[in-house]
Parts: sequence; structure tokens; C-alpha cells
Amino acid sequence: MADIAATTARARRKQGTKLNWTELGPFLALAVLLVVGFLVNPDFLSVNNITNVVTRSAFVIVIGVGATFVISSGGLDLSVGSMAAFVTGVMILFMNTVVHDIGSNAIAAGMVLALVVGAFCGLGNGLIVTVGGIEPFIATLGTMGIFRALITYLSNGGTIPIDHSLRDVYRPVYFGAVLGVPIPVIVSLVVAAAASVLLYRTKYGRSCAAVGANEEVARYSGIPVIKTRVIAYVIQGLCVAVAAICYVPRLGAATPTTGLLWELQVITAVVIGGTPLRGGKGHIWGTVAGAVILELIANLMVLSDFVSEYLVAAVQGVIIIIAMLIQRFSK
Amino acid sequence: MSKTKLIAATLVGSLLAAGAALAEDKKTIVVSIPAADHGWTAGVVYHANAAAKEVNAAFPNINVVVKTSPSAAAQVSALEDLSAKRKMDALVILPYSSEELTGPVKSIKEAGTFITVVDRGLNDSAIQDLYLAGDNIAVGKTTAKFLVDKLGGKGKVVVLRGIPTVIDDERIQGFKDGLAGSDIKILDIQYANWNRDDAFKLMQDYLAKYPQIDAVWANDDDMLLGVLEAVKQAKRTDIKFALGGNGMKQIIEKVMANDPMTPIETPYPPSMIKTAIYMTAAALNGQAPIRGTVKLGAPLITQANAKDYFFPNSPF
Repeated sequence: MADIAATTARARRKQGTKLNWTELGPFLALAVLLVVGFLVNPDFLSVNNITNVVTRSAFVIVIGVGATFVISSGGLDLSVGSMAAFVTGVMILFMNTVVHDIGSNAIAAGMVLALVVGAFCGLGNGLIVTVGGIEPFIATLGTMGIFRALITYLSNGGTIPIDHSLRDVYRPVYFGAVLGVPIPVIVSLVVAAAASVLLYRTKYGRSCAAVGANEEVARYSGIPVIKTRVIAYVIQGLCVAVAAICYVPRLGAATPTTGLLWELQVITAVVIGGTPLRGGKGHIWGTVAGAVILELIANLMVLSDFVSEYLVAAVQGVIIIIAMLIQRFSK
Repeated sequence: MSKTKLIAATLVGSLLAAGAALAEDKKTIVVSIPAADHGWTAGVVYHANAAAKEVNAAFPNINVVVKTSPSAAAQVSALEDLSAKRKMDALVILPYSSEELTGPVKSIKEAGTFITVVDRGLNDSAIQDLYLAGDNIAVGKTTAKFLVDKLGGKGKVVVLRGIPTVIDDERIQGFKDGLAGSDIKILDIQYANWNRDDAFKLMQDYLAKYPQIDAVWANDDDMLLGVLEAVKQAKRTDIKFALGGNGMKQIIEKVMANDPMTPIETPYPPSMIKTAIYMTAAALNGQAPIRGTVKLGAPLITQANAKDYFFPNSPF
């Protein structure tokens, strides 16, 4: 007995040091990017610019945290971008309807509704994948189309703007700051901190990784596989809702192009962050770094003068690959 | 047995003939357009349906049918279904893409249908009887001329362009042509994909990069809304004008209110589909000659004429 305990402890310690290196990778890439950025254009490191970039990373960070659960449990969710648009649309329509009766409380009510809708969307995805037994790629490709069509339908293809009276009250949730730290950044940090406790310090977190590493072994070990994976999708849905809550005050509207291609940014951020696509482990803070790296690259493309506007996407691709290589060889 | 069959066949045959004769009294205009997937196409759908209702009410002998398709392939199938099902006297089409729709429209033309093409041309211009489009070069040029005039011929501007397409290229070309000869300098041009969020981010980056910007031009109103939010956040006072293009109702509202930053607009109106449907109806009903090419101008919209371009119920 004691033997086993000692071995486990040793294994954990060993894993701990290894974990540190993998987790350092994305931050190393981030540091290199910051230095390169500063050399290209000193304005890159101005407080204003860095604040803008980190604030706008919030959506991909928050959704990426959810995706870290889904991916580490061996799943995938392609529907997050459309889901964000759908949740945003439903939330705005609801707030516009109730604002005449309950005034500014409509915002709080809208936030609660967003979380409920997000959770149900995630639950739907989770049940289709687990109980339905459909490949996550195909299942969430399907729901991706469904959510996108629903937001297009709700908006008649146009725009769903938030009621004028709510616009200014809600605006600070994106543009405001506490002690100089923008609110979306605080939200991202809180979500990431809560998620890392859940993933690293609880039984659920360990089941999540175990299911992703080897579903059969997990089942024989008595882990409720279906429940574990469904919960991961529900967490993803909740994260999408939190992102939507921060997104609405930015431009005050939902359109059929809201959240377009976010799913790819999210998955890229998760993978840059060190979480393998095949599942089995997740790196929450790596995902956070990955999301910031992606936005910094896009920002750097605009701030630098030597890339033709036609080649921006190619250079971005090259930088992402280099960032991955830096990580790989720094291990 | 052969007798009953013969009688049945005759019956069916005469019924069919009667049906055809009935249909002949009413002339059908089929309108094939992209489904509403963003603001501009949503406007096209709105105005096509409005025109169909108005034309059907005004001309009892004309029946306008509107069909929307979510992709080029779907539009091709829709055309096949429609031409198999009924006699088409005229087709008004806003093609999803020139390449894929040229063949199918050509075969409909060969069956004797009047063809009106809107906005995006087909690869073979011999197919169309009427071609109606806006003027993308003028959209850029009209805006540039306004800036040259208001900035006194000198200043620094940044530009947000859409998605690499002919439409986008023409607008940028027109803008550069319009600035030619003045001392207005374009500091930067980048793609923002006709997307409000991308435009918001790009404008934030422009503001971080350039300490002095006199004017911003986003070549589409969706992007302009993102730009305005970024400018508002940065509280910058150097920016005198932020202009768009297309004629979205939120921007027309600003022009009507004489907004200091966005006092003008240039139209590339989705309501052009309505012009095309009305003209086609005029040809079918009154034999008005309409064959040829119609290019709608892009006149400057100011507070004085903004209400002519304002459609409060349209999604765009």
C-alpha cells in the first residue's frame, strides 16, 4: 500500500517538473513575440496598445478555457463561434423585450439567460456526441450550422442592436476598468483561475483527463465516461455565454457574422497552449497565453510596415508555426 | 384496356393544355437572389419581396416569384427546379458567383426567357437582356472627392478594405483616383473582411500606430460601425471624418442628424434589385424597351437628400 502511494507521489512529482516545461513553452513564445514586436515598432509595448490587445483576447481566452476541457476529455467543439453569435442574439432580444418593464435590471436578467442558453447549447452538443455516439467533429459541425442559421433567422440577415437605453449602462463591461485593469481581462483571469482549480485540483478534472487519455481504461476504472464528457461540453457552453456577456457591450449588436471563425482561433489557442488535440491533458494557462499570442500576431501585422496587406495571413501562419517550434524544442 | 387508357390520356392531355393556356394569361417573373447572410444581402431580400408585392398588386397579369438560395450550388439547383416547374417569362438574377451561374442562366435564356442580371455580371455578357448594377468605382471616388474638398486638399487618412474581390478592388481604385492630385496621404490600407469586429480591432491598431489621423474611410458601413466604436473608446480628437459606403440605415440616420464625424454617405443600394424587377415588369407589361446596361450612380448623400435613401423597415 505504502509502496503504491510512494510510487504515485513520485510519479506526480516527476509529472510536475515535466508539466512546468510544457507550460513554460507558450510563455516563452509569448516573450519572444513581445521582444520582436518592440524591435519592429516601439509603440507595440505602449500601455494603450497592450491593453487593447489583451482586452480583445478575452473572448478567445474564455471560450478557449472551455475548449481546454472539451479537448482534454477527447472531444472537439466546432460550434463555439456560431453558439456565441446565437447566445448574443438571444440575449439582446430578451433584454430589449424586458427593458420597458424592469429597466437596467434587464442587463442582469440577460446575463442569467445567456448562461442558461449557453449551458443548454453545450448540453445539446454533449448529448449528441456521447449518447448519440456521433463523432464530435461531425456533431458540432452540424450544430455550428444550426446556431449560425438561427442567428441569421433571428436578425433577418441584418443586425440585432441593443436598446439605446441599455447601451450606455452596459458599455463599461467591455470598456471599463478596475484599478486600470479592463473588466474583460479580470473576467478572463477569474474564469481561467476557476478552471485551473477545477481541472487540476478536483476529482472531475482528473476524470476529464483520464477519459481523454483512454476511454476504455477510464470506464473500467469506474469513471462515468458519458457524464464526464457531457459536463465538459456544458462547461464549454457556459464559457461561450461568459464571452457573449463581455462581447455584447463592445459593439452593442449581434449580426450573422458575429463570432465567425472563432472556433478556429479557439482551437489554435488551445493547441499553441500545449494541450494536445488528441486529448488526455489540458493546460489552462497555456490556452490563455495562446489566445494572447494570436491577437498579438494580428496586432503586430498592422503595426509593422513591411508586410503587404495581401500577405498578412501567410506571415501569421508562419509565425504560429515558429511559435510551435520554439515550444517543441524548448522542452 | 387500351381504350380506357386512351381516354385517360386524352383527358389528361386536354387538362394540361387548359392549364398551360391559363398560365399564359399571367406572365411570370422569377427573381433568384442570394439568401440573407449579411446586412447587404438581407437588404436585397427585403427589397425583392417588397417589389414582388407591389408589382403583383399593380399588374394583375404579372406574377413575381422570389426565390433565395444560400449558396451558388443551391442557386443553380433552384434555377433548374424553377425552369422545370413553370414557364418563365423573365428571370431577374443576382448571381452568387459569375462562374457557376453562367451556364445554367444561358440554358434558361435559350428556352426564350428574358434575362435581367443584377450587380454581379455573368462571364458571358451576351446572355443578359438587361444588366443593372451600382458603380463601385464611384463609391470610392465620391467619398474621396468629399474628403479632398473638406480637408482642404491635404491630410492623412487610413482605409479599411473588405474581402479580396472585384467589388473591393474597384472601390479602393476609385478612392485612390479621387485623391489623385491632392496632398492627402493614405497612411495605411488593410483588410477587415467587411466585418464589424475585425474593423474595430483594425481601427484600434491604426490609432495605436498613427498619432495623427485626419479621416478614416471604411468601404462598407458594417465596418464603419466598428471604426466609430474604436474612435469613441480612444477619445481621439484628431479624426475629423469617419466615412463608410453602401447606405445602411444606421449610417443614413447619422447623416440625417448631420453627425459631425459622418455627415455624408455614398450608396451602393441593395434596393437596386427593386429597380431591376420594376424595369422587367415594364418590359413584360407595356413593352417598354429596356434592353441594355444600366449603371446606377453613387451620388453624395447629405442631410438634404438622406430621407430618399432611408428604409426604416429594411434590415439593412
